[in-house]
Amino acid sequence: MAAQSSPHPRPSIGRRKIAEALFKVLGLCSLAIGVGTLVLLFGALLVEGVTRIDWQFLMSFPSRHAAKAGILPAWVGSTLIMLVTAVVGVPLGVAAAIYLEEYARRTWMTELIEVTVTNLAGVPSIIYGLLALGLFVYILGLGENILVAGLTLALLILPVVIVTTREAIRAIPVEIREAAYALGATKWQTVAHHVLPYSAAGILTGIILALSRAIGETAPIVTIGALTFIAFLPPAPITTHPPYVSFDWLLSPFTVMPIQMFGWVSRPGEDFASNAAAAGVLLVGMTLAMNGVAIYLRYRMRKQVTW
Amino acid sequence: MSKSVVAMQEAIRIKKPDAKAEAAARRRARQRRERAIEGGLFVAALISVATTVTIIAVLLSESVGFFRTVPLTDFFTDTLWTPLFADPHYGILPLLAGTLVTSAVGLLVAIPLGTVAAIYLSEFSSPRLREVMKPTLELLGAIPTVVYGYFALIVVTPALQRLWPDLPGFNMLGPGIVIGIMIMPFVISLSEDAMRAVPMVLREGSYAMGATRLQTAWRVVVPAATSGLVAAYVLGISRAVGETMVVAIAAGQNPNLTWNPLEPAATITAYIVQVALGDLPHGSIGYQSIFAAGLVLAVLTFAFNILGHMMRKRFREVY
Amino acid sequence: MNLVESPHAQDWPKPLKAETRALSFSYGSRLALKNLSIPIAEYQITALIGPSGCGKSTFLRCFNRMHDLYAGNRYEGEILLYPDSRNILAREVDPIEVRMRVAMVFQKPNPFPKSIYENVAYGLRVRGTTDRQLLDEKVEQALRSAALWEEVKDRLLARATSLSGGQQQRLCIARALATDPEMLLLDEPTSALDPMATASIEELLLDLKKRVTILIVTHNMQQAARVSDWTAFMYLGELVEFGLTKQLFTTPSKKQTEDYITGRFG
Repeated sequence: MAAQSSPHPRPSIGRRKIAEALFKVLGLCSLAIGVGTLVLLFGALLVEGVTRIDWQFLMSFPSRHAAKAGILPAWVGSTLIMLVTAVVGVPLGVAAAIYLEEYARRTWMTELIEVTVTNLAGVPSIIYGLLALGLFVYILGLGENILVAGLTLALLILPVVIVTTREAIRAIPVEIREAAYALGATKWQTVAHHVLPYSAAGILTGIILALSRAIGETAPIVTIGALTFIAFLPPAPITTHPPYVSFDWLLSPFTVMPIQMFGWVSRPGEDFASNAAAAGVLLVGMTLAMNGVAIYLRYRMRKQVTW
Repeated sequence: MSKSVVAMQEAIRIKKPDAKAEAAARRRARQRRERAIEGGLFVAALISVATTVTIIAVLLSESVGFFRTVPLTDFFTDTLWTPLFADPHYGILPLLAGTLVTSAVGLLVAIPLGTVAAIYLSEFSSPRLREVMKPTLELLGAIPTVVYGYFALIVVTPALQRLWPDLPGFNMLGPGIVIGIMIMPFVISLSEDAMRAVPMVLREGSYAMGATRLQTAWRVVVPAATSGLVAAYVLGISRAVGETMVVAIAAGQNPNLTWNPLEPAATITAYIVQVALGDLPHGSIGYQSIFAAGLVLAVLTFAFNILGHMMRKRFREVY
Repeated sequence: MNLVESPHAQDWPKPLKAETRALSFSYGSRLALKNLSIPIAEYQITALIGPSGCGKSTFLRCFNRMHDLYAGNRYEGEILLYPDSRNILAREVDPIEVRMRVAMVFQKPNPFPKSIYENVAYGLRVRGTTDRQLLDEKVEQALRSAALWEEVKDRLLARATSLSGGQQQRLCIARALATDPEMLLLDEPTSALDPMATASIEELLLDLKKRVTILIVTHNMQQAARVSDWTAFMYLGELVEFGLTKQLFTTPSKKQTEDYITGRFG
């Protein structure tokens, strides 16, 4: 470093301070570009879209007339698909995480499972779409419906659920497990009575994050035939006749919020753009709310840690 | 009090004659249940292996059909990609070029800005700013990509058109920039982790010699965190390459072999979306073509992911 | 099997609750315990002393098969539990059965983040007890035995983690006692506690030995001298000397023991 060998250290210190101040400005600018640009963009989205959101927009079917179009089938579809995704993806992901953290011995099989989990987390979502098209739609012949969309997104969120659940489980100190074992608890009793309850908040955080990712996914749903124009709702899950529950909705064609927005963005015309913006506002609002809850939960947890 | 406890212990120890057999039966039942549970959990853990295998199998098996019609040499040398035209060409180069150009624009935005922002957060910012920025970045990373596509097409491109009036409505520059902003939180977060993992003693050594924070950051922390930073970039590249909705919405749908970001061009991912939106009969060459394109994409991202994770692992081993 | 290794062998305690015969233990390829034969007297307190890393905690954890929880651990030799002379290290013995007979209290108080009541009742619950009245009775008994009842009887449903360190450790003792174990293992139970709490735990141990055999690891020689009847001094995974505590502390027969208890090393 030249500065140290300089015979006149003072001006050099001054220069270095200026360099440092400049860098601070640069750093703040970079952050501002990253965050600020997005805030601006969301502002634009909000301005464009928020006036379009009303009861009619929420409760109407899509239409050729932008002003009459709504997102009823889209949010109904998103809700039902999230239901399938959560019911399938969450138990599988949590179970896999429990296996890897509490049961797995260091074998090549465990190694292989860990490598595939890491890799799947980085696979582009469109590839999941191709997987679903090849496997669910053609090989298994399940068709293009809510069930298949839910299963596809369940596979997509699996790595997220596994990784976050493992982190939550790992935070439980080994002393707690040993205390349970020392009292004669079996492995499963230790997991079910202690590990899972004490890490529940952390696992829940992961589940919310995973579902918030799934709800915004477009690409994997496009390949399995999500429609951008759908003028009916899936059959209701609750019926007036015995047995009062129906699963026909699982096999219904569908659309979801991000697909609806994609459909509107791709259509020329100012009116559809504002529909797209309105759908965007709802979509962003939903994901931000879910993530906000998750981040808050995690924050509360960090403050509450008792061991 | 203590006498009654002793009496009770005795009572428990003096067992009925069939107690032993009963205990053995209970133990067997317990062991069976434990094994069944472990088996179930193991099967759940295997799903990720099965998913990976199935992805590879599906991509390969459909691609095999594709490459029966299309010679590999055509695939890698033909400069046209028009599988659905009457005069079909099957050169992946135009799609690859589109993918590389949009990704490169994105990385030119995300890497410099992301690195500087990460250095700032890790070495300069107050703990409070960091505490606010980390979750904020996380929130930004969670925004659905279709919304970013909307930004690229409806906000960013019109803004760019003021600078370059001849910029077409579909182009690679706008979506590239948006991809950059989109992966920036990811790059910042990973880079910041890498720099924070550099032990404090290294910094203290540098400060003790009279170095400023900037000199310490630049000459000590960044070199020490290099493999962690490179891992962040590589994983960022993988994300940019696999990004779908932004380019499908805003970069155009025509395969176009060009390196000029001001032109429109389809990427691999955009092509898959475009074909999937139509109705292609199973087994047709068009249907197979999206799997062949998907295979190229999967190979690219697999390679970057493995490289990235290897570098991250190496970095973790050092500290 | 050579049992007569210690010069005090003729003074071995009677009756025995347990004894190790040529017990060796290894973590992977590292041999941590070498050929230990130590008797454990029934309804007495046996203390294990020795410098850090001598294997005393490792030895203790063999008695309820805690090492089975981690891969790559290997036992050799036998631990016989009396009166049935069962080798609890035998392959066919389920570690869970062992832990139901031999309870353990750890170095750092480790109550579950559940209520005080549920902490004490847990051992009974995993044994399938659901009878509310029996649970209530047992919980009260155990808390009384651990000298904690008076302090917590009005807040049994409060979180166990809200107790002080000393109370938490007594709760852990109550939790271990609730299932009427035959033997109680204590792994440096007072090392995380202040002198007041330590004194109350020591007093408690002296009371408890009327009903349960106690094996305690301690880093504190005064503690071993105060509470134990028998003492084993271990060094580098080997037994240096075993004998009556009084004898071992006043007239140690080995130079190493003398050096350790007089503070010349360790």
